[in-house]
Amino acid sequence: MKRARVAYLGAIHDALEAEGGVKLPDGRIVGENEVVWLPPVQPGTVFALGLNYADHAKELEFKAPTEPLVFLKGPNTFIGHRAQTRRPADAAYMHYECELTVVIGRQARKVKREDAYHYVMGYTVANDYAIRDYLENYYRPNLRVKNRDTCTPIGPWLVDAEDVQDPMNLSLRTYVNGKLTQEGSTQDMIYNIPYLIEYLSNFMTLNPGDMILTGTPEGLVDTKIGDEVVTEIEGIGRLVNTIAGDDV
Amino acid sequence: MSKAKIKLRGISQYHEVDVNPADDTVELNGKRYSVGRLPLDSLISGTIYGVLLNYKGAFAALGDAMFEAPYKGEPKAPVMYIKPANTVIGSGMPIPLPADVPELEIGASLGVVMGRTATRVGEAEALEYIAGYTVVNDVSIPHDSVYRPAVSQKCRDGFCPAGPWIIERDAVADPDSLDVRVFINGELRQQNTTANLIRNVPRLIADITEFMTLSSGDVLLVGVPEGAPLVKAGDRVRIEINGVGSLENTVVHEHEWVMEVSL
Repeated sequence: MKRARVAYLGAIHDALEAEGGVKLPDGRIVGENEVVWLPPVQPGTVFALGLNYADHAKELEFKAPTEPLVFLKGPNTFIGHRAQTRRPADAAYMHYECELTVVIGRQARKVKREDAYHYVMGYTVANDYAIRDYLENYYRPNLRVKNRDTCTPIGPWLVDAEDVQDPMNLSLRTYVNGKLTQEGSTQDMIYNIPYLIEYLSNFMTLNPGDMILTGTPEGLVDTKIGDEVVTEIEGIGRLVNTIAGDDV
Repeated sequence: MSKAKIKLRGISQYHEVDVNPADDTVELNGKRYSVGRLPLDSLISGTIYGVLLNYKGAFAALGDAMFEAPYKGEPKAPVMYIKPANTVIGSGMPIPLPADVPELEIGASLGVVMGRTATRVGEAEALEYIAGYTVVNDVSIPHDSVYRPAVSQKCRDGFCPAGPWIIERDAVADPDSLDVRVFINGELRQQNTTANLIRNVPRLIADITEFMTLSSGDVLLVGVPEGAPLVKAGDRVRIEINGVGSLENTVVHEHEWVMEVSL
């Protein structure tokens, strides 16, 4: 099943995917362009991975990490499918990051790798924008790079875990204005999903609604005002986002 | 006496009460209670954002390392991190010491509780966005490097005691001249003042909301002073902030981290 949260005619609904559209709980089916898409999950604690694909780590001239590079994101940064992300006026390099996102479904404490998938509710797509101009060398990446308002589109769908046969073998693609700019596979993650759930739950409790953004492969390019950025993951979804200006 | 909010264990709503930070008492339903005798619950509903290196002494303590690899220069903007929901505990609850760690670092911080949505707020108006203040213990496993987010050192369950109450904004005349003291087992181990902040409270709110929104209920930790005391299992930690309140918690071994229940 594919689930979404949408606003339609002034109300917020938990919706399901239906033939060519979005099915509201009362049975109405509306077009996907008629609704306002919200993040498919209300974010709890949100983890994001830095440098979790070997090729991307190389592209950024870093050595691959010896332990997961994890940072947290606040609720202010999330927006839904087809929404706008604001590019700061002084930014010279703002890039997308197409990321498979794991949504936790059950409370997880000290979970073993082999049991980790039992704790997953489902998957969605995130686009974890970074404003590289602000990447200083303290608690890198800092919130100014990664936690700005509107800089993490997520969705459109939460795909139930049982509908994803192998989350560690999915292709990821990003298109900017229709042109393919990033292509990779979740196979190339340095720390895979079971490892990350074991790692995090070993020192803290994960709760339903918590999310893990698992990192991005190589192929990052600067995005400008007006660009349409599509981050797509095989079987999970196609997340559309547009870059807007930051004028008040 | 000042107005404050407390939360009692087992009751879903807040209580608005009169408190006296000078003697740790709460007036509730016409009766006066010592704060240690009330079953206080965690007060924090929003996201907790911490700021690193915001005390002049903490900044100076990094010394020449600040100009060497990996840092290679001074920070240009507030260096921030998040204390997630699993870390929050109330006043009086024990702090769990992980099995593989001998000592924890105490992080005494003023917690600024936001009262309304703050986006691109100017310094001159910043204080108007504050609902009140609380005392926060930003507990960490000791670590030297601040190059990567210290998630495994700072985000463990129970690593963010806060309370005992949220005192209303107007009870604090100037958040930028508050004495902060840490007592371990009754002994004064750390003393500083928010007058030593590099970015004071209005400036922090202005610089942070320039790039991200703070919502009502979010808490901003203004920073932790240099010379953080270390604690081990059995130690009683008391953080006092003048005019705001005193937060007390005891450190226990992780496997003993349960609430005392007498039936």
